[in-house]
This record gives sequence, C-alpha cells and structure tokens, in this order.
Amino acid sequence: MSIEIDHVNKHFRDFVAVDNVSLTFNEGELTALLGPSGSGKTTLLRIIAGLEQPDTGRIRFHGEDTTDKHVSQRGVGFVFQHYALFKHMTVFQNVAYGLTVRPRQSRPSKADINAKVMHLLELVQLDWTAHRYPHQLSGGQRQRIALARALAVEPKVLLLDEPFGALDAKVRAELRRWLRRLHDDIHVTSVFVTHDQEEALEVSDRVVVMNKGRVEQDGSPEQVYDTPANPFVYRFLGNVNLFHARLHDGVARIGDIQLPAPEFHGYHNERGEAYVRPHEIEVLATRQHDDALHSQIELVSVIGPTVRLELRTNNTETLVHAELSKHHFHSLGLKQGSDAWIRPTHSRIFLPDERVANG
Amino acid sequence: MTLSPAEWEAIRLSLLIGLAAVAWILPPGIAVAWWLARHEFRGKAIVDGLIHLPLVLPPVVVGYLLLVALGRQGVIGQWLYSTLGISLPFTWQGAAVASGVMAFPLLVRALRLSLEAVDPKLEAAASTLGASRWRIFTTITLPLAVPGLLTGTVLAFARALSEFGATITFASNIPGETRTLPLALYTLIQTPGQEATAARLCIIAIVIALLSLIASEWLARRTRQRLQERDG
Repeated sequence: MSIEIDHVNKHFRDFVAVDNVSLTFNEGELTALLGPSGSGKTTLLRIIAGLEQPDTGRIRFHGEDTTDKHVSQRGVGFVFQHYALFKHMTVFQNVAYGLTVRPRQSRPSKADINAKVMHLLELVQLDWTAHRYPHQLSGGQRQRIALARALAVEPKVLLLDEPFGALDAKVRAELRRWLRRLHDDIHVTSVFVTHDQEEALEVSDRVVVMNKGRVEQDGSPEQVYDTPANPFVYRFLGNVNLFHARLHDGVARIGDIQLPAPEFHGYHNERGEAYVRPHEIEVLATRQHDDALHSQIELVSVIGPTVRLELRTNNTETLVHAELSKHHFHSLGLKQGSDAWIRPTHSRIFLPDERVANG
Repeated sequence: MTLSPAEWEAIRLSLLIGLAAVAWILPPGIAVAWWLARHEFRGKAIVDGLIHLPLVLPPVVVGYLLLVALGRQGVIGQWLYSTLGISLPFTWQGAAVASGVMAFPLLVRALRLSLEAVDPKLEAAASTLGASRWRIFTTITLPLAVPGLLTGTVLAFARALSEFGATITFASNIPGETRTLPLALYTLIQTPGQEATAARLCIIAIVIALLSLIASEWLARRTRQRLQERDG
C-alpha cells in the first residue's frame, strides 16, 4: 500500500510544523524521516496515522483519500517512542487488544486470536513473555511487544515514531538490524521517524531529510550521504569541513589549492563554500603536491580502527577534521604537534546563498 | 450495647441515602471528570468553579437552591411532578439528591486527578488499534484511573453520610424517611435529658466513618500498588 502526501500543511499557533510537504512512500518500502527535533517529522507521521489533522492538504493510501478517516478506521500500525504498552494488561492482552476490540461480527474467535497472538510473539521472539506484565520486560523487549501489537491488526502501513530512541546504544543497534530483517520478511510499507543519521542510513531503503517543516532531500541512503542537496543535508548527515573558496572560471581556489568546479564556468572571482567530509581529506607527512595546505596536528583521537585528527592550517587558522584508518596513520609516522599537509580529494561547492553545484 | 429501633432506623437510612447518593452521582461525575481532564475550552475555569461551589457554599444555601429548583413549585420540580409524578422534597430520595450534590465535587476532584495522570499516548495507541472512543474509555482510561475512582467514591460516600445542612433544608427531618444519623443526633441534642443517647449515636457515627475510611484506604492502596508495580 503506497502513501501519498499531497501539499500538507500544519501549524500549532504561530509555529509552522509542516510546511507544504508533498511526498510519496512506495509500496513495501522502508523509509526514514530524518531531521533534527522540531523539523516536523513526527507531526507528519502523526498526520499520516490520523492522530493529527492537517490544516490543508490530503493523505491518500493507495490512491484512496483517507484524510477525513478517523485514526481507528485507517488501518495503520503505530509504534511509539516510549512503547505505550497498556500496563494493566499482560503481554498477551496487549498484543490481542486490536483484535478483541473489534465489533462482534468481525471479531476472530478466541482460538483464532490465541493462535495469532502466539504466532506474533514468536515472530518477535518473545512467546515466553505472554503472561508477564510490561513492567517485567526490558526496554528492547517492550518495543518488540509494541511492534507485535501493531502488527496484530494487519496494518496496511506501519508507522514508527523514534522507535529506538529510548534504548541504549547496543540494544538500539541490535533492534534496528532486527527491524530491517523483519521488514524484509513482511514487506509492509513502513515509515519511521528518527533524528539519528546512522540509524536512517543503515535501516532504510529511502531517506527523507526534513528541516523546519520542509523536505530538504529525498533519496536513497547513498544519494543523501554522497550527494547532499544542500549545506543543511551535508551538515546533518555526518561531520563536514567547510572551506571558503574563490570561484573563477570553473576553478575553486582554497588558498593554494585549486579544485575543478566546471559548473561554475561563467563565474568571476565569486565567493563559494566547499564542503569536504573528514574522510575526504588526504593527510600527507611531506609536501608532495604544490596544492596542499600546510597545517599542524592539534589532536589525535583513536576510535577503534579509525583515527580522527584535528588540524589547524597555518595561513588561515582554520580547524580541519580528518579521518583515516589507524594503519594508514601509523604508516605516515605522524603524531600530535607534527606538521602535516592536507588536501581535499573530493568536495562539493555551494554558493553562500545555498544554490547548489557539484565539485 | 444493643441499639434501639430508632437508632437502627437512623443507621439504615444513613447508609441507604449515602449509597443512593453515590450511585446517582457516579455516572455524571465520571463524565464531568473525564471532560475536564481531557478537554480545554473557553470558560473551563467557570465550569470548574461551579462544580466546586458546594464545597464552599453554606450547605443551607445548596438546600435552598434545590428547593427552588426541585420543589413542587420549582422550575424542574413542577415538571417532574406533573409528567412523572415524582416529588423529591421530604423523601429519602430527596435526601439522596441533596447529599449527592454536596458530595459531587469530592468525587470529581479525585477522579479528575487520576484521569489526568493517564498517559494520552496509551489512548492514542488504542485508537490506532481500531478501538472506538467509548471502548478506549472503558478498557484503558477508566481501569488506569481506578485508584482515583475508589478514593473519590469513598470520599463522596463519607461526605453523603455526614451531610446535614442541605438535607434538612431540602428533605426535612422526618423520622423513618429522612432522619439520618446526623439529623437524629441533632434532634436528640435539642431534646433535654437525651445526652446519653446522643453520645451513643455519636460513637456510632464515628465507628461508621472510621470503618469506611479504613476500607477505602485499604482498597485504594491495594489497587494503587497493583498499578504502580506495573509502572516504569
């Protein structure tokens, strides 16, 4: 079941939560809505579910307009950040809830409900908790029960609001891989909200980056990471270095460095900003190229197999972050306080008013 | 000590009127508490104030207002009598109405606090699972507010038992009909030479009040513990 969001607007008093958003979520896809807090991603999710009403705009499920349908009639599964399990009911009763509240004529028999609930509990690998209460389970287990409860009503779409946000790092990583595998098995159209870029890139088929109620970029995890549409996406998805550049006749100049910028051919001595990821900074122990920036290593931090460097360039005093493998770093023979030469291997250049171009 | 028939009569009437009062205020009390807990609207403070008025008004004023509204010549009373043949003043049902009105704010207060503490996300979760608003209320909201419901009910019952001013004004002091424990006690005090009997009634009133408080405390603690264990 595809979901179509058609020019949706929503404001709370004078705060614009969702600003004229149009999107389509494809059938069977797992999409991440990624953005900082206040970017409107959760509001958009709640509008899809019917927990909020848009001021203007329509929501369609598989072409059918559901904007005016009550949340209880939409057939969505919703998973909340803090699980929202019914604490006065057992795990079994929680998962069975969506089936037992059906009107009598469409309610499955007791035996059917029983079989279905036990099947779902097996799916989330928690069948042994059926007669426990939510408070007796860990956070990760509770979130799996919440997911089983949402799946019990056979939702047409599955919506997850920061589903792993309340869990510690290790459980979070485990659970998101598990969600990915589960999604590959059941293939229900799913949208999940997160502010964690790593989570979005790892789990989803597609990432929608939101900021200030608007969609900044919509694409595959690779697309949004490798070719960010604008400086916001660049900054939000991982660390980035910013260099001030001069654009002149298809060339971007950063100090002595010249980078090809063919899309700026008609420009003459225009100001630009070059965005370079830390792993796209080449670090050299000796001056092998003319176009390298002389700098000094201020800080070395070793994080497992990678080394992160903080360098300060000698002429512009800019702080530059570089990332390289521990092996490579050791082969360079550098240490804290050493002189080093750096050059960007890849960059993307934006004009200061955020018009976009590749470099 | 054995109780005299008149004492038994007063105890029976007190319990009957107390229970009847709680029974009739429960449905509107739950509805009003839920409405106040879950809705924001213009003039909410005024509605809130009106509901709490019986707590601060002299009970005689409430009794008098009831007489104006529900008396045989009253605005609603006239209609009740002419169409349904019901007349409330000077009956035990009237006494139940009067003590119920006095107990209403206590029920609403306790219940409302409990309802406000129920996480709206649980209700939202239930609605995404297809439950109707009524279904959500009966299966999620109310069960989670049971401690407040119990506390409110017992407080209201105790208030109804001890109600004096509004009852005597609206339903009068009729032996075997509206003469509850406080009214019987008042009558005895007014009669010379009945001090010993009055003291006995006084003790009975204390015992009943204590018993209901202990029972409610025990019940409330048990349910609260059950719910709290499941917190977190």
